[in-house]
Amino acid sequence: VTLAYNKDPSPVKLNLGVGAYRTEEGKPLVLNVVRRVEQQLVNDPARNKEYLPITGVADFNKLSAQLIFGADSPAIREGRVTTVQCLSGTGSLRVGGEFLAKHYHQRTIYLPKPTWGNHPKVFTLAGLTVQTYRYYAPATRGLDFQGLIEDLGAAPSGSVILLHACAHNPTGVDPTPEQWEEIRKLIRSKALLPFFDSAYQGFASGSLDKDAQPVRSFVADGGELLMAQSYAKNMGLYGERVGALSIVCKSADVASKVESQLKLVIRPMYSNPPIHGATIVATVLKDRDLFNEWTNELKGMADRIISMRQQLFDAIRARGTPGDWSHIIKQIGMFTFTGLNSEQVSFMTKEYHIYMTSDGRISMAGLSSKTVPHLADAIHAAVTKAV
Amino acid sequence: MAIRNSLSGQLLRRSSAVSGARFISSWFRSIEPAPKDPILGVTEAFLADQSPNKVNVGVGAYRDDNGKPVVLECVREAERRIAGSQFMEYLPIGGSVKMVEESLKLAYGENSEFIKDKRIGAVQALSGTGACRIFAAFQHRFHPTSQIYIPVPTWANHHNIWRDAGVPMKTFRYYHPESRGLDFSGLMEDIKNAPDGSFFLLHACAHNPTGVDPSEEQWREISSLIKVKGHFPFFDMAYQGFASGDPERDAKAIRIFLEDGHLIGLAQSYAKNMGLYGQRVGCLSVLCEDEKQAVAVKSQLQLLARPMYSNPPVHGALIVSTVLGDPELKNLWLKEVKVMADRIIGMRATLRENLEKLGSPLPWQHITNQIGMFCYSGLTPEQVDRMTNEFHIYMTRNGRISMAGLNTGNVGYVANAIHEITKSA
Repeated sequence: VTLAYNKDPSPVKLNLGVGAYRTEEGKPLVLNVVRRVEQQLVNDPARNKEYLPITGVADFNKLSAQLIFGADSPAIREGRVTTVQCLSGTGSLRVGGEFLAKHYHQRTIYLPKPTWGNHPKVFTLAGLTVQTYRYYAPATRGLDFQGLIEDLGAAPSGSVILLHACAHNPTGVDPTPEQWEEIRKLIRSKALLPFFDSAYQGFASGSLDKDAQPVRSFVADGGELLMAQSYAKNMGLYGERVGALSIVCKSADVASKVESQLKLVIRPMYSNPPIHGATIVATVLKDRDLFNEWTNELKGMADRIISMRQQLFDAIRARGTPGDWSHIIKQIGMFTFTGLNSEQVSFMTKEYHIYMTSDGRISMAGLSSKTVPHLADAIHAAVTKAV
Repeated sequence: MAIRNSLSGQLLRRSSAVSGARFISSWFRSIEPAPKDPILGVTEAFLADQSPNKVNVGVGAYRDDNGKPVVLECVREAERRIAGSQFMEYLPIGGSVKMVEESLKLAYGENSEFIKDKRIGAVQALSGTGACRIFAAFQHRFHPTSQIYIPVPTWANHHNIWRDAGVPMKTFRYYHPESRGLDFSGLMEDIKNAPDGSFFLLHACAHNPTGVDPSEEQWREISSLIKVKGHFPFFDMAYQGFASGDPERDAKAIRIFLEDGHLIGLAQSYAKNMGLYGQRVGCLSVLCEDEKQAVAVKSQLQLLARPMYSNPPVHGALIVSTVLGDPELKNLWLKEVKVMADRIIGMRATLRENLEKLGSPLPWQHITNQIGMFCYSGLTPEQVDRMTNEFHIYMTRNGRISMAGLNTGNVGYVANAIHEITKSA
């Protein structure tokens, strides 16, 4: 999508394909707190570039677990969590997947329909078999909760279930807290193994703790789970490839054995993870002031996205575009599943120079107050000029 | 059994406030603790040792004469230029185009016709390990019945990489224990006996762990024979510049193969020669028949990288492309690489001298005959254990010594330890 966008000479072109945050001015953003820490690191003569241990930066791992599970998490206190630094979300999913393929008795993972385009390949190449469970309801542009419960209920005991921790990609549709509770009860009663993908903690609602609630409720019931964390979006560290895989186990003894086996997966893949990004994250997380500055900047990004949703919704309503567009403000996170079909999308690209994926997904981060009207016009035209 | 059940029972009672958690014992209960990595585990043990005399000659990471890790000046300068001024957006799946371009020039030659003709399909990789792994996965996907021939011995992780990629391994003779040199006739025989069109893993220079490299003449013969047999040569080059001090010279084997018309595969690493260990920067390249093929190959390599890590880390790549892309910084790098290589070469001479001065009954020319970071000392695993237990000297159990861990302060101590342990051997 980006390639086509780049080629387009139109001055009004809009790139709503890329899943990376953009400012009101349409520019990528390096967080102030990250810039500061980078300068700090560069000016510190005591820093070196030695190999990290296979599991990565120890501080980073500890702090990442605390960030997602909560500093007071009983699982952490009891030493039941093993965390290894990985290459962003993708790397964490792949290492977790390969670990399961080697050591877990059930080699099937259930992915929501739809899910991030790369999920199926990650798990297939890791050695797992991929199945799906119903998730998105096109009719309501919301959650197909009934279908989800039915499909998870029918999954063989022990199956691995991939769950988007918050801000589902690509739909932006998340279960409500009540629905999450039902999902949790079902998963535990069927002895299914949850594998969370958390790429947007703090980015969805603006609150790190709120976005982590579903995950924490699963940890609170004492069960096991896998967790893939990414700092690509919420700390803007995209290209540095910073993430962590945590496995919450039943006991500290098991956690330690699991960690030793994770090393055997990592070593033949890339030996040990890259140092730069994880050092930045650890520095931010462990310093009170930097952490606070980060949460403010994070909330700023989340708020801008939420504001774009509201503005787009208002603009579409103002034009009297037929249909219910409330999903734009109900969905959460970087993406909106508009419900537009591929013909409508092509039309918008051709006539209005709007670039988005053909499934109707738009990246809210690519919008600004200035460009919302243009998008609203395009949507209105696409919907009313029926092909 | 009873204890675990009651503990789990307590957990269940504690969590009964959150309903629905059926009692399940751990899914991972039967997982065995994995053995420590034979190389990286050495450093772990070293760090835990409290002895003031301890010496780490285990992992292949350069140390200066004070035993300290080194960040090259050219790298520091490159970092100053990039810090805080770059966006951290995703690189393309194939990585930094600039870094890959510079890497190809370094390996294939500044004016290589293959670069001009765009015949090389190449991607940024996670250092040497990552480059090997992507290639192994590529080999598995497109030549699913093939095997990889690896030298005996080779870097321990090579086994793991091809195994996890699903490619079975065969071996070819390489190290000659009696002479502590190259088993050239064994090597040639094994190349000859392998079925036509086999995949061969070759260390481009500074063989790890032995430090034993073929001579230029021997490389020419190896190249000829491999050509006759139609084998695929895959080079792992982790030490370009680090072996002799001259990157051009260290690339000689590759250049010979290129002259002979081989279509090679190549894994490059900047861990040692640019001191970028923890940044994980490398490059995987495959020389193809034409541009069209190179484009196809690159796209397939990307298809393998995407489900592994999506796109490679940007920071290290920026450092490499900044250093290699700026003539002044590149010159500085060449000087610094030579300093590192020269220090190692100097340590080899000193270690050998010390052992000979101590009156060791054993031959030690191999210390100075071998090249690169490592010396295959000839110590047995039991002798290695004694080195560790009695002298707090840490090395891998195959007797491999990382020369970079030696310095004027400890070389005497190490020579003495080796002598003590081997004098009655």
